[in-house]
Amino acid sequence: MVPARRLVLAYLWTAFTVFAAAVVLGVWQMWVRSPIAAPFSTPDNYYLSVTAHGTAMAYVLTTFFIMGFGYYAAETALDQKVPGPRWAWVAYALGVIGVVMAIVTIFAGRASVLYTFYPPLTASVFYYLGLVLVVVGSWIWCVQMIAAMALWKRANPGKPVPLAMFATVSNAMLWLWTTAGVAVELLFIVIPAALGLTETVDVGLTRTLFSWTLHAIVYFWLIPAYIAFYTMAPRAAGGRLYSDTMGRLSFVLFLVCSLPVGMHHLFMDPEHSSGFKFVQMSLTVLVTVPTLLTIFTIPASLEIAGRMRGGTGLFGWIGALPWREPMVLATGLAFVMLWFGGGGGLINMSYAMNAMVHNTSWVTAHFHLIFGGTVVIMYFAIAYEIWPHLTGRAPVSPRGQCAQLWLWAIGMMVMTVPWHWLGLEGQWRRVAHFDYADPAIAGWAPWVDASVVGGVILLVSAAMFVANLLAFYADATVALRPVPPQRYAIAAHPPARVPAMFNGFGMWNVVVLVLMLCAYGYPIAQSFILPAPQANVHRMSGAS
Amino acid sequence: MSTEESTIARSELRWTAVVFAAIGVVFVAIVSATLVFHEQPPSHRETIDPTTMHLAGEFAEGNLGTSLGPDGGVTTRIVATQFAFVPQCAVVPQGKPVTFRFASPDVIHGILITGTNVNTMVVPGYVSEVHTVFAESGDYLMPCHEFCGLGHGEMMAHIRVVPPAQFNPDKNGKVGCGPR
Repeated sequence: MVPARRLVLAYLWTAFTVFAAAVVLGVWQMWVRSPIAAPFSTPDNYYLSVTAHGTAMAYVLTTFFIMGFGYYAAETALDQKVPGPRWAWVAYALGVIGVVMAIVTIFAGRASVLYTFYPPLTASVFYYLGLVLVVVGSWIWCVQMIAAMALWKRANPGKPVPLAMFATVSNAMLWLWTTAGVAVELLFIVIPAALGLTETVDVGLTRTLFSWTLHAIVYFWLIPAYIAFYTMAPRAAGGRLYSDTMGRLSFVLFLVCSLPVGMHHLFMDPEHSSGFKFVQMSLTVLVTVPTLLTIFTIPASLEIAGRMRGGTGLFGWIGALPWREPMVLATGLAFVMLWFGGGGGLINMSYAMNAMVHNTSWVTAHFHLIFGGTVVIMYFAIAYEIWPHLTGRAPVSPRGQCAQLWLWAIGMMVMTVPWHWLGLEGQWRRVAHFDYADPAIAGWAPWVDASVVGGVILLVSAAMFVANLLAFYADATVALRPVPPQRYAIAAHPPARVPAMFNGFGMWNVVVLVLMLCAYGYPIAQSFILPAPQANVHRMSGAS
Repeated sequence: MSTEESTIARSELRWTAVVFAAIGVVFVAIVSATLVFHEQPPSHRETIDPTTMHLAGEFAEGNLGTSLGPDGGVTTRIVATQFAFVPQCAVVPQGKPVTFRFASPDVIHGILITGTNVNTMVVPGYVSEVHTVFAESGDYLMPCHEFCGLGHGEMMAHIRVVPPAQFNPDKNGKVGCGPR
C-alpha cells in the first residue's frame, strides 16, 4: 500500500468531484448557445457558468490531480516517503480554502470575468485571493517534489532518477516558471485594482504577463498524460518502453520549449509589433518536437508488446495489443484526439493564418480536444491504474472502465468536429445567444445541435467515471484480492547511468532563463520604456 | 522488430531527423507566406488615450465610419465600446484596399468579419489597424469576439461591401450606410 494513500485520495477526489460538477455546467452552456430553448438562460447566468466551468477545469481539476498524482509518483517511483508529509496537507488545506473562496464568489455573481480575467474588468478580490491560495499550495508541492528527488539522488549517487519522478519534477520546475507571469499580474496589478487601490490598468502589460503563463500552463496539465504514456502504457500492454532517453529528452524539452512561446496567444493583439510575435512563433514551432518524438517512441513501445503477444506483419501487432486494458485503450484514444487537436494547434500557431481562427469556436475545439480529450482521458486511465493501490481493491472486470473511456473519446469528437467547422465559418466565442433567424447564421444550427449531442455523451461518460471509482468501494462488485505494488514500465535497455543533464534540471533552468529573457525581456520592458495610456478599471463585483 | 540498443538509438535518431524536416517545412511555409505574400498578423503598435479619444481626433464621433482620404485610400474608423460598435454599420468598396482602424475607450474587445480573415483584438490604449480587400460584395457580420462584460453578446456591427460603382462618398469624403 502507498503510505500517503489518504492524502492522494483526498486530492484526487477533490479534483474529480469539482470536475463532475463542471461537466454539467459545460453541457448547459452548449445547450444555451444552441437553437434549443434552455432553462435559466440569461447572460448573467451564462457568464457565471463559463467562469465556474473554466476555473473548475483549468485550475481545480488540473492542480489537484497533478499534485495528488505527484505525491503518488514520488512515493511509488522512488520507494520512499514524501519529505514533509504535513506540508502536503497544508498545501491541500490552502487549496481547498482557495477553491471554496473562488467558487462561492463566482456563484454570488461577483466574479463573472471568466477564468482568464480580462482586466481592466475586475472581479471581487476574493475570487483572485482564492486562486492565489491554490497556487501557493501548489508551490509547496513543487518544493516537496524537488526535495524528494534531491534526497533520493543523495541516497543513490550515480543512479538514474526513475523516469516517472524525473518527469514529475520537470513539471514542478515548469510550474514554478509558469506561475510567475500570472502571479505578477494578479498580485501587482489586478488585486490592487480590485481592492480599489488603483484606478487604472496597463492592459498591454497584463495581457503580456498572462500570455507568459497561458501556454506553459497547458503543458503543466499535459505532463501527467505523458508520464502515463511513457511509464504506464508500455507495461499495461505487456511490453517495454522503447527508449528511456527519449522520455527524458521529451520532458526536458517540454520544460525548455513551452515557456518562451506564450505570445502566440497575442498574434492578433495591437500592443506588440511583428518582431517579437515572429520570434515566439519560431520558438512555438519547436514545442511540437517533444510531442512528435513521443508519437514515435510510444507506438514503438506498444509494437514491442504487440509482437511479444504474437502480432506479426506491418500492422498485425496493433490488433494483438490488449485493447481491453483501460490504460492501453486510453493511450490509443488519446493519440487519435492528439492527432486532430495537434493538427489544429499547428494551424493556430501559423502566424498570419491565426487570423482565420482567432477567437472562434475553432480554438475552443482545439483546447477541448487536447486538454479535455487527450489529457483528461489519461487522468481517467491513471485513476483506474492507481485506484487499486490506493484502496487495496481491484475490480473484477475493466469493461465498465473501457466503455467509459470509449464514450469520452466519442463524445469529445462529436462535440469538437462541429466546433472546428463552426470556427471556420466564423462562429465567435464567449456569447450566450446566436440569432439563428439571421440567414448568415441559420446554417450553423445543425452543427451546433450535433455538438450538444457530443456534450450529452460526455456527461454520461463523466457520470460513469464517478460510478466506476465508487465501484471500488462497493463490496459486492469488487474482488478483495491482494494488489501488487505499483510498477512502472521498464525500458528495453534500462540505463545504468545517464548524463547529468538527463538526471537533473540545473542546466535546463539556465536555458529557460536565457530563452525567457530573449522572448519576454523587451515585450515586458516595453510597457515601462514606451508606456501606453492606461485604461480605467471596470469593476464587475456586483452591487458593492 | 529488432530491439538491440544500437538499432533503437539509430531509429530514434532517424525519426528525430524526420521530425526536424517536418517542422522545417512548416516553418519555411510560414516564413515564405510572411516574406513573399506579406501575410502577417495585424501588428501596428500605436497608442491612444482611451479616456480622451472621444473628445478630439480621428475617433471623435464626427470622424467615425468610412471616409475617402485625399490620396484615394479608403479608411473605416470604428469605436468598440461596452456594448456596441460606433457606427453599427459601415460601407466599404468591393475589390479595393480598405484600412480598418479600431479603438476602445473602456475594456478589451475584439472583432472578426465572418467569411474573411479580418480579425483583431481591440485593446484600450492602442489603435488596432487591419488592411484587407473584400473580394465579394454583400452584408458581413462583425461581432465582438472577446468577452467585454455581461452585454458582450449584444455587440454586433455590419459591414456592407458594395460594388465600386455604388461607393459614392459625399462632399466631405464620407460614406455611410444610410437609413436601414
